[in-house]
Amino acid sequence: MTSPVTLSAQHLTRFHGRQCVVNDVSFVLRRGEVLGLLGHNGAGKSTTLQMLAGALAPGAGVIEVCDFDLAQRPDLAKSCLGYLPEHPPLYRDMRVDDYLRFAARLHRVAPARLAEHLQRAKQRCGLLECGHRLIGTLSKGFQQRVGIAQAIIHQPAVVILDEPTVGLDPAQIREIRELIRTLGDSSSVILSTHLLHEVEQVCDRAVILRQGKLIFDGSIDDLRQHSDIESGFLQLTADRTQEETPP
Amino acid sequence: MILTLARKELHSLFAAPSTWWMLALLQFILAWFLLARMDDYLQVQAQLAQTDSAPGATISIAAPLAGALALLLMMLTPLFSMRLIAEERRNQTWLLLASAPISVTRIVLGKFLGLLGLLSLIIAAGGLMMLTLLLGTPADLGLIASNLLGVWLLAASYAALGLYCSAITPQPIVAAFGALAVSFGLWLLELGSGVLRVLSPNLHFQNLNVGLVSSADLCYFALFIAIFLLLAIRHLRREQEGR
Repeated sequence: MTSPVTLSAQHLTRFHGRQCVVNDVSFVLRRGEVLGLLGHNGAGKSTTLQMLAGALAPGAGVIEVCDFDLAQRPDLAKSCLGYLPEHPPLYRDMRVDDYLRFAARLHRVAPARLAEHLQRAKQRCGLLECGHRLIGTLSKGFQQRVGIAQAIIHQPAVVILDEPTVGLDPAQIREIRELIRTLGDSSSVILSTHLLHEVEQVCDRAVILRQGKLIFDGSIDDLRQHSDIESGFLQLTADRTQEETPP
Repeated sequence: MILTLARKELHSLFAAPSTWWMLALLQFILAWFLLARMDDYLQVQAQLAQTDSAPGATISIAAPLAGALALLLMMLTPLFSMRLIAEERRNQTWLLLASAPISVTRIVLGKFLGLLGLLSLIIAAGGLMMLTLLLGTPADLGLIASNLLGVWLLAASYAALGLYCSAITPQPIVAAFGALAVSFGLWLLELGSGVLRVLSPNLHFQNLNVGLVSSADLCYFALFIAIFLLLAIRHLRREQEGR
């Protein structure tokens, strides 16, 4: 794998109060790669992604997006990023088209290219029919698609998706996974999930977090070598239950 | 970039039915007030005509109307400003702005300008109402202008205050009550006596209300607005950095 690095995170650390949520996490993402960020609930996935997206500043560590330092040149770095948070950031009283146009302007899409970007994002996410609907009246699956459309409308080099398939029905999950795989052709994608088979189906590489620490970074084949993938994951996170006793 | 956000903010203010209700109610109260003042003035006009340097129609009708508008805006602005940031947090849409290539300063300025757009519309409507005096009498246009400037500066101050309150809490209602409590407190300061009076925006509005445009008052308003906007920016930035 020699394609250029689009995102690199070095020694990320973040505290919530005195609790260390993310502890010295480093990894890189290359162009055209789909990376799965795997971990149980509370392993620090969302916090890591929020830091990568520039919504939270890391307590320590350096993030570079397309060779721009996220802390030093936030505007340049962030315009190479698309981010779908855990709860899609939708304004329920806006129409789909208006919302996507707003997201595109926020991400500095030139006014002349706005219509083209809007059309392409809607087409990729299957939203061509519902441009005039109010977001609040859409079903959860479609709201999730609007959330993804918002993340890709400016055609960023890196797309960050936080649990994109949670709460959807099986048919919708399949569609979203298809979409993620096609995204991987043009951009790099990071998605977080706690579902193993999702990583196996969609991702080229996986990173596993446990209690804020990185415990695995390798290809899906490497993960499979821990005999079967399911037991591999369980094995890697085995002593979780003993360590993670609630306070 | 700032304007994109301001336009969106104005758009979503007008998308809420409550905004239209409040605007309609405000116009109704103002019109009622204008007609009542006009009635009073017409009743005493005959006696006024016999005295030297009697107060004119503008200072007797338009200036009190501006005072009423200022008081109404003190109560209404928190209702408009409460959602600016608090609601973004509650609906998780804050992350969209935080991860976009736009700095916290610009977000705050954009939201402030959006709200100021709505308030300017309200004040412009009040100004038109004052200008109806021209239908029956020559009016003191300078006095009307200074009154409108005063109301506008006062409204901008309340907007900045409301924006700060909205930035420090995730609950819109708490933001509204906080902003209302502070502006009410500042209003009470003006009614009282002592050194603290100079802190009250209402005291500085009084000068503009009688047609006195002094640079000290203008500086006061500029400082008031800048301080609360800077506090909001600082708070949001620190929050992003995690203390």
